[in-house]
Amino acid sequence: MSDQQAGFDAMIEADQRIEPRDWMPEAYRKTLVRQIAQHAHSEIIGMQPEGNWITRAPSLKRKAILMAKVQDEAGHGLYLYSATETLGVSRDDLLDQLHAGKQKYSSIFNYPTLTWADVGAIGWLVDGAAITNQIPLCRCSYGPYARAMVRICKEESFHQRQGYEILYTLANGTPAQKQMAQDAVNRWWWPSLMMFGPADDESAHSAQSMAWKIKRHSNDELRQRFVDMAVPQAEILGLTLPDSDLRWNAERGHYDFGPIDWDEFWRVVKGDGPCNRQRIANRVKAHEDGEWVRAAAIAYADKQHARQAGTKEHAA
Amino acid sequence: MSEPTAPEGRREWPLWEVFVRSKRGLSHGHVGSLHAADPEMALRMARDVYTRRQEGVSIWVVEAASITASSPDEKDPFFDPAADKVYRHPTFYDLPEGVEHL
Repeated sequence: MSDQQAGFDAMIEADQRIEPRDWMPEAYRKTLVRQIAQHAHSEIIGMQPEGNWITRAPSLKRKAILMAKVQDEAGHGLYLYSATETLGVSRDDLLDQLHAGKQKYSSIFNYPTLTWADVGAIGWLVDGAAITNQIPLCRCSYGPYARAMVRICKEESFHQRQGYEILYTLANGTPAQKQMAQDAVNRWWWPSLMMFGPADDESAHSAQSMAWKIKRHSNDELRQRFVDMAVPQAEILGLTLPDSDLRWNAERGHYDFGPIDWDEFWRVVKGDGPCNRQRIANRVKAHEDGEWVRAAAIAYADKQHARQAGTKEHAA
Repeated sequence: MSEPTAPEGRREWPLWEVFVRSKRGLSHGHVGSLHAADPEMALRMARDVYTRRQEGVSIWVVEAASITASSPDEKDPFFDPAADKVYRHPTFYDLPEGVEHL
């Protein structure tokens, strides 16, 4: 084993953070690029399903809140792209890989938002699942990723609460509103459980990521934690979760839940979800439509530079 | 770490490091980075990305390429001079019993 590898291992063992200019094994760097980039892409693709409802939010208050939330998602994407760039990849390259389908984003964002209640269900369940995943990432061994996660987790709790409040309001409204809330929960529940990734015995990267302290808990552990939190929250909403196997298991001290449809999960991951093509097409269009703005800003900065240099020369 | 290169034919906006003073009386601390074409744009974007919840009262942006940093490879020898000078710390000194305000 090289001295560098031994130094790295000792640092991980001692629960120290790895920083950008430290030596790190190539596989550790690659794993981080894949994971943080996927996370960043998820944040910005995640703006689309909710952005879909900004113009149709039921009140000015809800509209202002939703805009702030979608703006936060853009911010989260930026924190995470910055963290990925500390590993020596360029921002443009990351976006190219997303647009070409070479890097993935969370499958959850390939489901459509059919009604206003979906905005509530996303906040409560999707952001709730994301928070469960992300809190342990605040202690990830890679410093820039851990620091980005601290900022993100602070901001996510507003997201989850606003979603829960939307559902609570609908669930206590007219029968039709309550039905709309129930329908949204029925559609988002299983995809939210899939957000934690494959079961532990099927998860390709888990063991190594845990050894590197990138991940602190297994997929199944986090999924169980989320179910245990969500069930009592659903009861307070007065809504049911679409799983007839869901019941408290006193022996385990956890809720048992039914089998997840992994065929659906893999179908959506591989590109055949309800909205995969639309999400990428929108993203590519937004990027291409912005190209002239990026070029113009660079041209303007160059001109300012040249002008300043000219003035200095003149003064000398 | 090698300098990342943008895909051919395009030029990326340069990278800026962002420092925020969270409240008066505290120094600026590093919060992250962003891309912007020029300093004014970097400042405005830093405000939008890093202070959406009143996290700051003052922002500095510095082009990342202008920062000179100590190398982690030479960490030990570079910081060595500080390691063997324990007498720089007040706890190094023995005081007679009973002496106060010292």
